[in-house]
Amino acid sequence: MSAVFDIIASAGLWAAVFRIATPLIFGTLGALLCERAGVLNLGIEGIMTFGAMIGWLAVYNGADLWTGFLLAALGGGVFGLLHAGLTVTLGLSQHVAGLGVTLFAGSFSYFVFRLAVPVAGTPPTITPFQPIAIPGLSDLPFLGPAFFAQTPPTYLAILLALVLAYIIFRTPLGLAIRMTGENPHAAEAQGINPMVVRYGAVIAGSALMGMAGAFLTLSAFNSFFPTMVQGRGWICIALVVFASWRPERALLGALLFAFFDGFQLRLQTALGGAVPYQLFLMIPYILSIAALAIMARRARVPQALMQPYRRGER
Amino acid sequence: MRFERREHRPVALVIATPLIAIAAALAIAGVLIAIAGAPVFEAYWRILLGAFGSRLSATETLTRATPLILTGLAAAVAFRARLWNIGGEGQFYLGAITAAWAGSHLFGTWPSIVQIPLLLVFGAVAGMILLLVPLWLRLRFSVDEVVTTLLLNFVAVLFVSMLIDTVLKDPLAFGWPQSQSISEAGMLPKLLARSRLHFGLVIAILLALVLAFVQSRTAFGMQSRAAGLNPQGAAFAGVPLGKTLVAVACISGGLAGLAGAVEVMGVQGYVTTNLSPGYGYSGIVVAMLANLNPLGVVLAGLFTATMFVGADGMSRSLGIPSYIADVIVALSLLSMLVAVFFTQYRIRR
Repeated sequence: MSAVFDIIASAGLWAAVFRIATPLIFGTLGALLCERAGVLNLGIEGIMTFGAMIGWLAVYNGADLWTGFLLAALGGGVFGLLHAGLTVTLGLSQHVAGLGVTLFAGSFSYFVFRLAVPVAGTPPTITPFQPIAIPGLSDLPFLGPAFFAQTPPTYLAILLALVLAYIIFRTPLGLAIRMTGENPHAAEAQGINPMVVRYGAVIAGSALMGMAGAFLTLSAFNSFFPTMVQGRGWICIALVVFASWRPERALLGALLFAFFDGFQLRLQTALGGAVPYQLFLMIPYILSIAALAIMARRARVPQALMQPYRRGER
Repeated sequence: MRFERREHRPVALVIATPLIAIAAALAIAGVLIAIAGAPVFEAYWRILLGAFGSRLSATETLTRATPLILTGLAAAVAFRARLWNIGGEGQFYLGAITAAWAGSHLFGTWPSIVQIPLLLVFGAVAGMILLLVPLWLRLRFSVDEVVTTLLLNFVAVLFVSMLIDTVLKDPLAFGWPQSQSISEAGMLPKLLARSRLHFGLVIAILLALVLAFVQSRTAFGMQSRAAGLNPQGAAFAGVPLGKTLVAVACISGGLAGLAGAVEVMGVQGYVTTNLSPGYGYSGIVVAMLANLNPLGVVLAGLFTATMFVGADGMSRSLGIPSYIADVIVALSLLSMLVAVFFTQYRIRR
């Protein structure tokens, strides 16, 4: 038992929690924004992979880190445009189109990466984002190293969660997005163009997914390798349900999830081989499923989610 | 620009749809190949040659098509009923490890004629069970099965990895994590001597025929389709929705589990964590390419296998990353979606 307390009381765990949570925050906010406007974006896993690849590739070729981050967002947005074209304009099944986007974005990323970087024994690396200590706060005992010495994208992710919560619930734009997700016909009657809102939300949401991927290569790790996203995108989709489509709860959900993930990693080291390591690795996925089962019935789904909107057709 | 629903779909257009879609995908991928600096037509010729240029490569392509057809059927049967089973990969691995366990620990000494069917059934049942969990979550807690089936893939692969690291580990494998081998009598017979091509291909094609018959000629086929198209309407018309979905899940999960069993019983006889290069996920593409038609799945599986096997040879000779095969297959899926849309709608200005 004391091992468990030692882990929880270590600043290292809490610093890791924020690091692990960051891509989940970006990704969950992205998926949430799309769904608030009524579009399920299962392209997330592939879009994250593309963001991770293109951000890394830009920096590897001499761009600075923020340019890489921005390019990842742009790349994500382009795939968002593709997804919106399929689901909003053509009104195809959002499940199927999203899976298609994921498969294409993923395989396209691997192809471009292999083309740009020939096979090498050790994967080439870049210098990633360094932690920035917030003056004053980072000197606090325990709290300082645990919370106030993160890399810049982590601070950005937390800020974005709050900004997005404000936009969705306190601005006319947010109202338009919510109405489009609940009832696009009513939204149109109010002079809102549901097609435009959906396009905007899917592109912006996908840009956030690209940033989620870029965090992996530009901050958490310093190289790109295939399958590095490892289901994080799908976990984000689960977290959206867990968060009941609310950005501030997405932040909490991602942190809670990251806590369990960081905790299991340390527990695995503490128990040192007494238990098969695969059991620990299963925990995040099983937790996501459990979270879905607990929250799915209570959560209020945007009523028009997954319903294609066609003018004059009900 | 507006889209207007077509009153009737021209038969010629419906038949031409997959061909148009694949042509479009090859054209777009051709641009990528050109950008990569290789001659496009030669690249495609090399893919064809790599897949069918010799007896060895042709049998290899058919061997590779076998699991793709089975996972493709698994996805097609589920998607038709709008049961989004994305868990084919996990079901595949669970089917494979169950068959390997049954063939090494339970029935290893039994004669082929009894053992082979038993192993196939064990594999299929394992796949079924893995899909019934997310279906139960959907029916009981209304949890969308897309995410749960996907997440269970990771759980299943980790579970298999754990088994072949511990209780099912082959002690003679020089420390490599691999399962104990299925006995000789439990292996599927070869279709051709001196090749890897095994009896699994016959099983896959027979099942496609059976499924085509079931879907078009039986009440169950009608009900599963109705459950997918219009659940409320179907329920009103007296279709038992829950029961139909359970049956669909059993067939779908069973086919994916069977795919794993067939692969392990047909090819190497033991399970490692790279038994599948993503057959479960590719099965989804195969099903979509076939427009969820079981007989189309056979052709789509063959097309996908051609790309995967052919791209390896092309990659070696022209220096194009072999991931181009995945790109072509994914692009085919996207263009197929668009093409199917235009068989149902026309553009109206």
